Amino acid sequence: MTDPFPFSAIVGQDEMKRAMILTAVDAGIGGVLVFGDRGTGKSTAVRALAALLPPIRAVEGCPVNSARAQDVPGWAQGAGRRVAPRPTPVVDLPLGVTEDRVVGALDIERALTRGEKAFEPGLLARANRGYLYIDEVNLLEDHIVDLLLDVAQSGENVVEREGLSIRHPARFVLVGSGNPEEGELRPQLLDRFGLSVEVQSPRDIGTRVEVIRRRHAYDTAREAFLAQWRKKDAALRRAIVAARAALPSVATPDGTLEDCAALCIALGSDGLRGELTLLRAARALAAFDGAAAVARAHLRAVAPMALRHRLRRDPLDEAGSTARVARTLDEVLPAVPV
Amino acid sequence: MTAARLRAALAVLAVDPAGLGGLWLRARAGGARDAVTRALVTPGLRVLRLHPGVTEAALSGGIDLAASLAAGAAVRGAGLLDGPAAVVLAMAERCPPALGARLGQWLDRNAGCLIALDEGAEATEGCPPALADRLGLFLDLDGLREADGPAPDPARVAAARGRLAVVGSGDAPARLATLAAALGIGSLRAPLFALAAARAHAALRGAASVAEEDLALAAELTLAHRALPAPDPDEAPPPPADAPDDAPAAGPGERTTLPDEILLEAVRAALPADLLARLAAGRAARPASGASGTGAARRGNRRGRPLASTPGRPDGAARLDPVATLRAAAPWQSLRRAATGRGTLEIRPRDFRVRRFRETSDRVLIFAVDASGSAALARLAEAKGAVELLLAQAYARRDHVALVAFRGADAEVLLPPTRSLVQAKRRLAALPGGGGTPLAAGLRAGMELARAARARGMTPTLALLTDGRANVALDGAADRPRALADAERLARLVAAARTPAVVLDTATRPQPGLRALAGLMGAAYLPLPRADAHRLSQALAGTLNA
Repeated sequence: MTDPFPFSAIVGQDEMKRAMILTAVDAGIGGVLVFGDRGTGKSTAVRALAALLPPIRAVEGCPVNSARAQDVPGWAQGAGRRVAPRPTPVVDLPLGVTEDRVVGALDIERALTRGEKAFEPGLLARANRGYLYIDEVNLLEDHIVDLLLDVAQSGENVVEREGLSIRHPARFVLVGSGNPEEGELRPQLLDRFGLSVEVQSPRDIGTRVEVIRRRHAYDTAREAFLAQWRKKDAALRRAIVAARAALPSVATPDGTLEDCAALCIALGSDGLRGELTLLRAARALAAFDGAAAVARAHLRAVAPMALRHRLRRDPLDEAGSTARVARTLDEVLPAVPV
Repeated sequence: MTAARLRAALAVLAVDPAGLGGLWLRARAGGARDAVTRALVTPGLRVLRLHPGVTEAALSGGIDLAASLAAGAAVRGAGLLDGPAAVVLAMAERCPPALGARLGQWLDRNAGCLIALDEGAEATEGCPPALADRLGLFLDLDGLREADGPAPDPARVAAARGRLAVVGSGDAPARLATLAAALGIGSLRAPLFALAAARAHAALRGAASVAEEDLALAAELTLAHRALPAPDPDEAPPPPADAPDDAPAAGPGERTTLPDEILLEAVRAALPADLLARLAAGRAARPASGASGTGAARRGNRRGRPLASTPGRPDGAARLDPVATLRAAAPWQSLRRAATGRGTLEIRPRDFRVRRFRETSDRVLIFAVDASGSAALARLAEAKGAVELLLAQAYARRDHVALVAFRGADAEVLLPPTRSLVQAKRRLAALPGGGGTPLAAGLRAGMELARAARARGMTPTLALLTDGRANVALDGAADRPRALADAERLARLVAAARTPAVVLDTATRPQPGLRALAGLMGAAYLPLPRADAHRLSQALAGTLNA
């Protein structure tokens, strides 16, 4: 793999970039769904994020990237004792992937050669403590989607097949991208993504020209281009690390909690997942901004991405859910004049 | 389409296959296409032919079970897509969207280039959009009998490849980005491909930097087919007129050239006028067939009720049934052990049994809506509402929805079968009304859709919404008796094709004529005066589930 396009060099698409940074600050937010036009840099942003993330510390050779030696699952082969830094795993889930590749399966090699019943971990194991990226998520086969839903919710992969009975942790941030014209996503899966972003091709010529310039520079003079952006990426990485450290101490005033509840009631979003995600995302944003407490401005900034995919779909509403969130936001939580 | 442009495209692709992604070649099989595929020069890339039915296991490789059993040790087979290659995808119009996306992801890794041979005969057929967006070049060989001329000279191509890195771009990035925007091209991959093509062409000429002629050729080859159809010069201003409004937004100090008239002309001249419209129709309609979302591709061996296991190869799509496999191998054990002299379990590839499941197919609900007369607007609005309501619940029931409107002299497919709400809304937004009642034409269009849906393995149901009698015949003549005869003939055809149907009578008083027509169609008859969207969708859901 060559060096991916630098994250900070991506022109525009601020909402998408912000959503990805927030999941990097607090993995508990639970994933990002990026839906929009083709050729808007969705995949580029995910690959860039992988390079941007600070490394994790994990036991060497552990198939599920355990942080401590005692957490290494019993079935794991060849795991050492040493804990060493490794890049945050970002695992691609290819379309057409089989169930075996995703959850893991009987290790056929060892079953055939040595007659042993051993477990060959799948993509879910590799994605533990990292990211799982699904391009064209709306084209993924249903049975794989169901399986992912289950694991994404429980944080644990349970394999009961071919005489194996294995469980291992699988906590990952699910990142999905796709084009809504090729098919809708089930509401059940939509709800599992913490944040949802809609991207559009930039309309303004200046932005478009800048995109082409940077990509061209990246393609033709890669070293110089990467060197030019390395500093910005490093600053962003430091900011993410600092935000992670600051996150536990961000205060959540009662007023903010009430704002959250009022907004979700006004929008009629199903369940409490919306409120929880909204609050987590707002806290992460506050930590990233270096604020001591979550303010209404933070809520307003993350509300569209945290809530737009949780509304009950009203097919007769022409405006779409983004406009509905914005409208309700202005009614319920008008911006506080500074 | 000139032979010169064809040669230029092949040469450019040979110089920078990775940068251009590939070629979308729209042509029927024939001498011209064969000449093109023969002339492909892909230095350093192995050529790989794929067909749309290729399995994931073959693409990505994995354990080769047959070889492993023979060897007594695991043998891994290499995937077809391991490593760089020049992929030739035959029958790209049959390529399922999932495979298109898979190949698109492979292209994203700069692993090679892909030539999609698209034999699409109808506007709705074509390369899957996720793949088409990643193929830089487009050629339509329609009308080109013989693609003569030599293949690109390998020595010249090699020299150009060496020069490619030092070719200067000048203001080409800005100009091509502006041009693409003026042509209404949303994807930002397009100007990047244009830039790659221009640079490759400049390298072929031996020039130090990109010049006007390179830009013109690049725009023709990479941008023309993505452009929105040119607005009619009589009624709308040409796109360049919009550009000055946008240009100041580029900000101070940013010198953005206005879209060059010359380049625009080159693009416009590059393709026959109707091709753009055809491609646009394909673009609009294609997601409908691709809108299978996650369900429509029926494999018959993944989900549903289990059936008996059958001999076959576990290839990633089909799952091995270990118990059935062992049972099949058991009787032969003593013979095989005697033959091999090994004391282990001897399994041969022919013992493999794979699981099968039976799955019910997706349904398509085809609305044929009467858009004639004065009541048309209200009725159409309700029909639209009903379509969208049904779509909103469609996922759970795996229903697709299509809409045909008939009025004036003819019927029109307003919404090809789709499950995408986004798509449906866009196409339903502008729905014209008024005119006569060509009931027969409406039925015919509905039947066509039903036939196409059945060919794709879906189960169609026809819902006819009307309040009146047919008064326009199939040939468009306003002749009441003939119109009625035509409608009855088609109604019998619907019954003969065993297409389940329902007739919704939206007139204020139930029409005996419609009841008779419903009888001929073998359809249920529901009088629904002043139906609204909710009642319509409820009535339909009730009939469908009955």
